[in-house]
Amino acid sequence: MRTIRAVAWKEIQVYFGTPIAYIVGSIFLVLTGIFFAIGVVPSEANPFPEASLSNFFQWGTTILILLAPALTMRLLAEEQKLGTIELLLTSPVRDWEVILGKYLASLTFLLAMLALTLYYPALLFIFADPDPGPIYSGYLGLILYGAAALSIGMLTSTITSNQIVAGFVAMGVIAALSFVHVSSDLLGGFMSLLIREVGLQAHFEDFSRGVIDTKHIVYFLSVTAVFLFLAIRALEFRRWR
Amino acid sequence: MENRKTDDLMIQASQLTHYYGPRPAVEEVNFGVKRGEVLGFLGPNGAGKTTTMRIITGFMPPTQGKVTLADYDVVEQSLEVRRRIGYLPETVPLHMEMPVTSYLKYMGTLRRMPSRQIKRRIGEVIEVCRLQDYHKTIIGKLSKGFRQRVGIAQAILHEPEVLVLDEPTIGIDPIQVVETRRLIQDLGKEQTVVLSSHILPEVNMICERVLIIHEGKIVAEDTPENLAQRLQGADQLQVEVRGPVREVQAALRQINGVTEVTHRSQQGRNVFTVQVQRGQDLRDEISRVVVNQDWSLFSMQLVSMSLEDIFLRLTTHEEL
Repeated sequence: MRTIRAVAWKEIQVYFGTPIAYIVGSIFLVLTGIFFAIGVVPSEANPFPEASLSNFFQWGTTILILLAPALTMRLLAEEQKLGTIELLLTSPVRDWEVILGKYLASLTFLLAMLALTLYYPALLFIFADPDPGPIYSGYLGLILYGAAALSIGMLTSTITSNQIVAGFVAMGVIAALSFVHVSSDLLGGFMSLLIREVGLQAHFEDFSRGVIDTKHIVYFLSVTAVFLFLAIRALEFRRWR
Repeated sequence: MENRKTDDLMIQASQLTHYYGPRPAVEEVNFGVKRGEVLGFLGPNGAGKTTTMRIITGFMPPTQGKVTLADYDVVEQSLEVRRRIGYLPETVPLHMEMPVTSYLKYMGTLRRMPSRQIKRRIGEVIEVCRLQDYHKTIIGKLSKGFRQRVGIAQAILHEPEVLVLDEPTIGIDPIQVVETRRLIQDLGKEQTVVLSSHILPEVNMICERVLIIHEGKIVAEDTPENLAQRLQGADQLQVEVRGPVREVQAALRQINGVTEVTHRSQQGRNVFTVQVQRGQDLRDEISRVVVNQDWSLFSMQLVSMSLEDIFLRLTTHEEL
């Protein structure tokens, strides 16, 4: 437990000791702020907007496709490039502790970033009378979605020592998994069902509508677990290369 | 009682083989390191030293063969092995963005040291490695020599039973090289140390026993002194003579037991290097020949073969 915390704490310090945290954080806040405003400020296209965060939640996931890999791409790729992995892997630390520690660091950062968006609902509660249900469920969904996205980034960072490759591959995988459900109508029968069920965003939609379905929670947690498991195996495999 | 022998051995490698692709980096290597011993791996770059050390430290498993450290298998019981080693890789990979003390604290936690012990040991290693003035400095801002010290500090932090140092003096300035060697000698009094080097005098100075490794195989193994003796196929004499160079050379060559005579002119003086068959003392004979010819014998010195020569021979010509 202490080793996981040490690994995580070291990474959190790196996040805040380098510009990454501030760049990723500010991009996230600027973009989500814009979409939040578009959703709640009356405009020609939308003269009577609803006091809800649905626009923020919908776009939030898309923004995370770009930003989650930026948080994870460094985590193991850099250690491999600089060779510090040699001291990490010759310490009496288990491979899963390394992966979990690093992953928890990125998850902590994501949570901190989401915490900074809490003033959107605060504004709604001050100036309007929003339905609290979809706000809670939306945040839960965003956290679960982010957790899954970060686990995908964790895997790609373990596989390569090139941060750029790790980042872009993660972006591609997360994007593909997010939007694949759109194509489900092109196929019929079982394949259509399968593709619809595999998509990340398909499982997110209920959350943004205020529905908390165990099915979706299990789905996101499973995706996260699978990718973290693959990352641990990839790290083990690394030794045998 | 039966395995007392293996109890004495801290590290034991048998039939160790590692392939990178089709080419073996290490091939059927066998060696043992006794508890408390300071063992040196000597060999040119690419000989297989780093590969061997990476296997000992559990960084990667061997393709074939078996290595045990304190009777724990490096593959099967990797965690137990890793608890007992301190490792300094050749490239001294450190987290450049961290201050020295935070880095050491991080490494201490990874080594599962209790926090109170970490605190105490950080103070000690900073003193031993003479980092007092730099304990708050960000590692990336330190010079190569100081980074090396931080590398050693992290390796000895948890008082490991075995210290594995890969080329510990490479790329640092001469004064720091001397300091580092002294430090390793001190550490070697209490710990088992395995180090690699391609610098002969260094191994000679620090190590109790040397393994000479070449193209993935151990070609010689002994104490530095014995190695020099064992490998002496011939003794060398340096003779300074005043006389006609060619004739002196010819006369010396004719002495029974002399295998080779070379001449070089040193500030106007004629110095002849005479190779003599092993174990023969021909100094009497040589002086007689020189004096009989009415030449002047200015000096004669027995030169034992330097480790450098041995090394050159081992790695360029022949196996022992």
